[in-house]
Amino acid sequence: MAHDTAHHESNTARIWKVFILLSVVTIVEVILGIIKPAFLVETTLISMKLLNWIFIILTIYKAYYITWAFMHMEGETKGLRRSVVWTAIFLICYLIFILLTEGDYVYEVFKAGYKAWDF
Amino acid sequence: METTVTKTGTEDKIWGGGNQPLKVSYGKMMMWFFILSDALTFSGFLAAYGFSRFKFIDSWPIADEVFNHFPFLHGVDAPMYYVALMTFILIFSSVTMVLAVDAGHHMKQKKVIFYMFLTIIGGAIFVGSQAWEWKNFIKGEYGAVETKGGQILQFVDAEGHRVALKDVALADSHKDRTRHERKNGIWFQKEGTLPTYTIEEIRAGFAKKTDLLIRTQTLTDKGEKTILSRTESLRRIQADAIGTVEGANLTHNEYGTPLFANFFFFITGFHGFHVFSGVIINIIIFINVILGTYERRKNYEMVEKVGLYWHFVDLVWVFVFTFFYLV
Repeated sequence: MAHDTAHHESNTARIWKVFILLSVVTIVEVILGIIKPAFLVETTLISMKLLNWIFIILTIYKAYYITWAFMHMEGETKGLRRSVVWTAIFLICYLIFILLTEGDYVYEVFKAGYKAWDF
Repeated sequence: METTVTKTGTEDKIWGGGNQPLKVSYGKMMMWFFILSDALTFSGFLAAYGFSRFKFIDSWPIADEVFNHFPFLHGVDAPMYYVALMTFILIFSSVTMVLAVDAGHHMKQKKVIFYMFLTIIGGAIFVGSQAWEWKNFIKGEYGAVETKGGQILQFVDAEGHRVALKDVALADSHKDRTRHERKNGIWFQKEGTLPTYTIEEIRAGFAKKTDLLIRTQTLTDKGEKTILSRTESLRRIQADAIGTVEGANLTHNEYGTPLFANFFFFITGFHGFHVFSGVIINIIIFINVILGTYERRKNYEMVEKVGLYWHFVDLVWVFVFTFFYLV
């Protein structure tokens, strides 16, 4: 492979830095999950609790660091990066949008009471 | 030994297939596209989980009440601590893997061996932890009663603390029903294990212990389960309850809707299978590193490729952790 070992300087310092970052984010998530601050649970934003939004954003933040630093996506060419990341993000967003919309619709149908289910 | 490198004899011919516009080897590129397709599979599962959850948005089980065990701490309510520990183990094994890849770039065989060893150990601990988590989930803790419509009714005392079936039931010592086994009948048939307590025993005990109440699956505005009044509780258990449930399988689930158990088994099982196969692949590459295959090849790219897969397993777990345990 032309892509040789010469240009790789050791980046162990960065690896440990990313590890600490991921650990801190996980600890924050766990602490929030245990204490569940009341104002974050009570506030809703686009039909979801603010706390859940925080969890999801922190998760995406972790995913970004795992992909970019550990899987070394930052060192790949633009073409490879975009063909993997953009494809995934587009398809996943689309899937989530249609399935969650449908799920909410089914919930409304159940709630409208045309069908008895709590017996 | 240039086994990972395919020379086609067209290297200098731009229009003859000699170009590598993405500047990665074939194997590494295909690992990336495999990961992409696997990521879409996992998002399919997680999105389906989201669908079912939105469908039962006001009656979904509360994860903190389901996963609250910690090894050696019996009866202590420890929501999330164990799964947080599992997450750390997996992230840490990802770190040792990336350190192994880094050592590989510098052709340090000893270091690669050491870090890959740690990675394999971390993966094995994670799979074991998941098995323990499954065991607790399948065994259940308090038990519940199921209604005709498949709804789950759980028992609580006046303070709202959960009460186990064994503390509700008024055990009938004259029970004449025994499990039918193959050896007993004329027709060589058998039946599944009988429940520990029959629904009649639960009804009798519930009627007698006047401080007990029933908790339904429905969530209140505050996100807690609804607790019925005593009269309403008595009505539900007399009129609707048809059987007891202890633990969870694919059709009955003491924690709430069976869909929750189905998705739990399927998604964490599929992820656990990935971790397991990742450990196996890591072991194969580990043996190759010890044998010096990559020293002779003067290239540790195989370590990098399995490293990609291993990080992907960690990446998926980050999402599973969020959607099953946090949200």
